[in-house]
Amino acid sequence: MDQFLQQMVNGISLGSIYALIALGYTMVYGIIKLINFAHGDVYMIGAYVGFTITTYANLGFFPALIIAMIACAALGMVIEKVAYKPLRSSSRIAVLITAIGVSLLLEYVMMFFVGAEVRSYPKLLSDQVFLFGDIRINMQQIYIVVTAIVLMLLLQFILHKTKIGKAMRVVSIDKDAAQLMGIKVDKTISFTFAIGSALAGAAGVLVGIYYNSINPLMGVMPGLKAFIAAVFGGIGSIPGAMIGGLSIGVMETFVSGYGNSMYRDAVVFALLILILILKPSGLLGKDTREKV
Amino acid sequence: MKALTKKNLYILGAILLTFVIVQLLIEIGIINQFYEVTLATICINIILAVSLNLITGFTGQFSLGHAGFMSIGAYVCALTTMHLNSTVGFLLGILAGGTLAALVGILIGIPTLRLKGDYLAIATLGMAEIIRVIFLNMEITNGAAGLQGIPRYTSWVWLCFFTVAAILLINNFIKSSHGRACISIREDEIAAESMGINTTKYKVMAFAIGAFFAGVAGALYASYFYFLKPDIFSFLKSIDILVIVVLGGMGSLTGSVIAAVVLAVLTTFLQSFTEVRMILYAALLVVIMVFRPKGIMGTKEWYDLLKFNRKEEKIWKRRSR
Amino acid sequence: MSLLSIHNLTKSFGGLTAVSNVNMDIEKGELVGLIGPNGAGKTTLFNLLTGVYVPDSGSVLLTREGQTKELGGLKPYQVTKEGLARTFQNIRLFKDLTVLDNVRIAVHQNVQYKLLSAFFHLDRFHNEEDKIKTEAERLLDIFQLSNKKQELAKNLPYGEQRHLEIARALATKPSLLLLDEPAAGMNPNETAALTEIIGWIRETFDLTILLIEHDMSLVMKICERVYVLDYGMLIASGKPEEIRANKKVIEAYLGEDVNHA
Repeated sequence: MDQFLQQMVNGISLGSIYALIALGYTMVYGIIKLINFAHGDVYMIGAYVGFTITTYANLGFFPALIIAMIACAALGMVIEKVAYKPLRSSSRIAVLITAIGVSLLLEYVMMFFVGAEVRSYPKLLSDQVFLFGDIRINMQQIYIVVTAIVLMLLLQFILHKTKIGKAMRVVSIDKDAAQLMGIKVDKTISFTFAIGSALAGAAGVLVGIYYNSINPLMGVMPGLKAFIAAVFGGIGSIPGAMIGGLSIGVMETFVSGYGNSMYRDAVVFALLILILILKPSGLLGKDTREKV
Repeated sequence: MKALTKKNLYILGAILLTFVIVQLLIEIGIINQFYEVTLATICINIILAVSLNLITGFTGQFSLGHAGFMSIGAYVCALTTMHLNSTVGFLLGILAGGTLAALVGILIGIPTLRLKGDYLAIATLGMAEIIRVIFLNMEITNGAAGLQGIPRYTSWVWLCFFTVAAILLINNFIKSSHGRACISIREDEIAAESMGINTTKYKVMAFAIGAFFAGVAGALYASYFYFLKPDIFSFLKSIDILVIVVLGGMGSLTGSVIAAVVLAVLTTFLQSFTEVRMILYAALLVVIMVFRPKGIMGTKEWYDLLKFNRKEEKIWKRRSR
Repeated sequence: MSLLSIHNLTKSFGGLTAVSNVNMDIEKGELVGLIGPNGAGKTTLFNLLTGVYVPDSGSVLLTREGQTKELGGLKPYQVTKEGLARTFQNIRLFKDLTVLDNVRIAVHQNVQYKLLSAFFHLDRFHNEEDKIKTEAERLLDIFQLSNKKQELAKNLPYGEQRHLEIARALATKPSLLLLDEPAAGMNPNETAALTEIIGWIRETFDLTILLIEHDMSLVMKICERVYVLDYGMLIASGKPEEIRANKKVIEAYLGEDVNHA
């Protein structure tokens, strides 16, 4: 039982990270029907920004988090403007290919400039560990989960209580109608990218602190898994992304803990394929039909 | 025989000429070890590109898992030649590799081909990853350490033969009614289905044929570079092939050939600068998509550029009436 | 036994019932019209008949040469094989392919060569390809599109695109042809020409035709019988003149009576 609870704890921390990243995927997909392949790499950049701030500017966790989030928000908006906006009327394959290109560009430009070696974050948080019987929860995990919850609550607030949030929801239902109602669609899309990227950036910093190592390709697997989480929860659905992220995190931890960690990745992919075949709209998503 | 047209004779002549010239250059030594590697890479990449083009460019099914099919062919051929060390074993390995890859293609195709666009892409990516993880964990493939000392049978003769075969067979398929059925799926799936095309059957067919030739390419690869490990066939390899197809033009075999040559040469020059190469590839993808999504050739072939076609139809085609 | 027999056909999407308990019978050789206000479910009915949608309940029976077959639940390509062909309300041509290819593709299901022939371009391939080309060109001729056979479909003027759609559907050798608003966007001259063509192809190809139209002149002129759909339900059927005077039909088109709030 204790093993089980421990795995749950670990799974929830990991899942919170996936949820933060998944939110960005789901919001962008919801609004322009694009799988932003480069999203995982924005997360990586966030980790590096956090690293630079804490290592070279000697600032603490919160400043690093905020600055990383701002930097990633900016990056997200730039990517959208340069690579995705020109292709708004192109085929889905075309945009997907471009997204892949942007992703690789981010990865290898980073590699070129900072090298492929792993870097470590300096110690930012206390080493405190909380013991509940045999279950260990360390301070970093608490920070991760709490930060994630706070950010997600912030997101919900923005979405439901602000004008721009309302615009985001409207544009994701019907872009053209929104435009006719006077909503500035381009700005709304930019803002969506900004928020999604900021969340990914936050996740990057949190991961840097928790796993203590970052490298230019760190965004690939988590990015893919977060995407799977978004699909699982229902792509386009915000609560879906949160649930999906947590589920995938827990699932992965359990497979690792109880089963063969080598097959861990394969299991997550197999799950994706299963979902796509059985219920592509995920847990909370909607079925869309093409009108004939 | 109806196949004996002027155009076909020209093509045959060009192929024989190329073969003889290159063979000579190899014998003399002008094409040395180093250039031979480039040559092998070009041929293998051409086969990979035209086979992926069939799936993605002609049938419109976005596949990001082509390296997975390649790896099946590679491992099967490697293991076959390691146990049956002869030219016969090699050819058997190629056939078996391609066939097994095709079977996996069908297996993967049937459930996933009801997905569209982005979802299909991710599903194929996932499938390729699963294949890679399986190879990573199998006894027979020696896991992460990979296979070494694979007997080398791939020579210019075989490279030329299989490359030409791949291009010709795929081209013939595309120019047939079955090929047109595949193209109609790319154009408008619902309309195609309403005109009597069994879209599932043709999507799976395209996948199977594409996978077969990817397997053949993999087999040639294994028997040339005599060392295999699962990491070679990662998502990045699938991207490599995708870049060739996109650059050449999705829907043009001529484009794939040209792009394969161009990029193989580029790769050779940038051999020691992997990051720069990847940055270039990535930038290329973005730039092409934003500024010239049709790629070099769009959907045209070399003979569309010459005015050959129209005259030829009237005068040179020997047809019995 | 009618050529096409539709019994209690029903289809809902979420909470919306698009087609509700529709019953229709179409005899061989007839030219029947299907009319109704926008959103009445006419195209949905076509989609149900051709397998694009699966019915929730009810049946669609096709009887040919004494054999009756249930079409409900079949996939579109299977329905086409059984002898139903259709055109689309919004024109779904293969835009980036040539006019010739658009028709050739529709000939595919009747083609007889296997993959081996295809891969190696054996003699069988060349023979069959010639047959396909001849067949396609013959159809293009009827619609006066021969001189445009190498044009890309998207470059054709609107009226010719509609003609091409019909030519393509005919290439599948149907017994029953479903035309979805074939005259949409056409001026009176074009509509008159289309009316002639429809009559001509019915004779020449021994077709039964069911057509959806908003253009009443065309409906009145060539349809022998007319069915009227409103909110997914059949509200009237009969000869064109009867339908024209039918109160319910008039109400449906003009909107609801003031008393019904």
